[in-house]
Amino acid sequence: MSQTAVQVPPTPSPPTPPSTLSGRSLPRWAPLGFAAAAIALGCGLGAVAGWHSKTQWGLLSALFFVLISYTVTSTVENKRQAKDRLATSVVWVCFILAVVPLFSLIWVTVSRGLKVLDGYFLTHSMAGVPGFETGGGVYHAIIGTLEQVGLATVISVPIGLLTAIYLVEYGRGALAKAVTFFVDVMTGIPSIVAGLFLLSIMLMFELSPSGLMGALALAILMIPVVVRSTEEMLKLVPNELREASLALGVPKWRTILKVVIPTALGGITTGVMLAVARIAGETAPIMLLVFGSQLINANPFEGAQSSLPFYIWEQYRVGSEASYDRAWAAALVLIAFVMLLNLVARGIARWKAPKTGR
Amino acid sequence: MAKRIDVSGLTAYYGAHKAIEDISMTVEPRSVTAFIGPSGCGKSTFLRTLNRMHEVTPGGRVEGKVLLDDEDLYGSDVDPVGVRRTVGMVFQRPNPFPTMSIFDNVAAGLRLNGSYKKNQLTDIVEKSLRSANLWNEVKDRLNKPGSGLSGGQQQRLCIARAIAVEPEVLLMDEPCSALDPISTLAIEDLISELKERFTIVIVTHNMQQAARVSDRTAFFNLAAVGQPGRLVEIDETERIFANPSVQATEDYISGRFG
Repeated sequence: MSQTAVQVPPTPSPPTPPSTLSGRSLPRWAPLGFAAAAIALGCGLGAVAGWHSKTQWGLLSALFFVLISYTVTSTVENKRQAKDRLATSVVWVCFILAVVPLFSLIWVTVSRGLKVLDGYFLTHSMAGVPGFETGGGVYHAIIGTLEQVGLATVISVPIGLLTAIYLVEYGRGALAKAVTFFVDVMTGIPSIVAGLFLLSIMLMFELSPSGLMGALALAILMIPVVVRSTEEMLKLVPNELREASLALGVPKWRTILKVVIPTALGGITTGVMLAVARIAGETAPIMLLVFGSQLINANPFEGAQSSLPFYIWEQYRVGSEASYDRAWAAALVLIAFVMLLNLVARGIARWKAPKTGR
Repeated sequence: MAKRIDVSGLTAYYGAHKAIEDISMTVEPRSVTAFIGPSGCGKSTFLRTLNRMHEVTPGGRVEGKVLLDDEDLYGSDVDPVGVRRTVGMVFQRPNPFPTMSIFDNVAAGLRLNGSYKKNQLTDIVEKSLRSANLWNEVKDRLNKPGSGLSGGQQQRLCIARAIAVEPEVLLMDEPCSALDPISTLAIEDLISELKERFTIVIVTHNMQQAARVSDRTAFFNLAAVGQPGRLVEIDETERIFANPSVQATEDYISGRFG
């Protein structure tokens, strides 16, 4: 047996085809570069053209940003990447457009509100302080807001919660449809209409203005929000959990109380807090039904009260430098109050959320 | 403990749709009865009529009789809540309560029914978890959430939860279909242990599983598409798998179906 070594001539390797997996790509910092270029271009053009409005400069920059991102990416990379970049740029522009007013509002409120916001302001009423002079405080308005909003919450949370439970767990047929429809209608009631409705009742029964009357009007505004958010949260509870509980021989009402509601509690709390935040800023019903006051009245069932939004409106109407400062400070207090509520709601939602982890 | 189930002339509806028709069978106490059959033939629906869970579905209603040791579950003065305490159920997908710890999940049935003494609770939870072969795996983390367990452990947790209320009958709706072979084996072993104490009815798509765990097997089928499901035959498992008396059963088991 002879061994023949067959020499296979090395076939010339064909020229490597262009890779289909990798291509030219822009560096990671490209969007930042586009943004810088667009801002430079927008501001430069604005300055050259002599536009006064900085808003125009900003909008022009945003437009340039979107255009530059698209054209550069489509020439360097490809059409699909360019479309992706276009969508991303538009999302960023929209985000900034949405955030700018928010920050501007917070900035103005904080910078103007801090001028008179101190311990004295928070612990004194306007009793004996002429509107156009400095001094005085917001204490009576804070008490009013806390009591009116608290009463409205106490009234509307049970009603809203029970309505939502009825709609999700029991409601079938015409009654449930009617309830859903009227909740939708209630969502659209303007606050002034709710105020007028209670005013007519107040006049009919010859009652006098009080915090309770305002709270009733606020409750009308709050109930549909609580119903809607609770309904959505209860719908998110998987049916399997209800069946598991029923199959253990647990009655339906206990299943709802012990399994369904605890599972949805985080979301329900958030919904209630958001509803509270919504009504805390209502002015119209307070004007009609609580009447407003310069004095501390801790009894929400008798006599006129003030409230934060009402106080802001009242101080603004006085029209002096000192009252403007007080109005801004009260606005800051109101924003802080609502923000605090939201933080509390988030805390509760996180604490009560169904636990994962081992 | 364990009770016999006698079903006669049972028909179940979803609204106007007739899901199963005229089913009669006997389920022996202290044994495992398996239900097999193609999807949509009404096995699960029939299972859910045995503890009145069928009527929980909107539009669900039932005609016929289900006797649990001579007591009709559908009698006019029977409370469905009481029926479900007597006839427990384990579902296809493990569904521990997400807000509760492992301990609370097992104790849930007793706590929510309000029928327990406080000092007994710990013992009952331990006993149930031991019966479900889960005690050794979870004894050090009883206050951790039940949803943190693996799928197989969650399903055994659900079995522990179901047997903690000491039912007479345990219904299992494809309890292993979401589990891997090892967890499946654990649950099959568990079923063989539990049949000493309970009457067990299990729905399964796994023919080998039916052959392994059950004493009697019932074959369900649709007469035709759109027709209600019906019981084809029920017999000793060995007979059904070796020498069924109906041709359709043999076709289904041997895979020559349809």
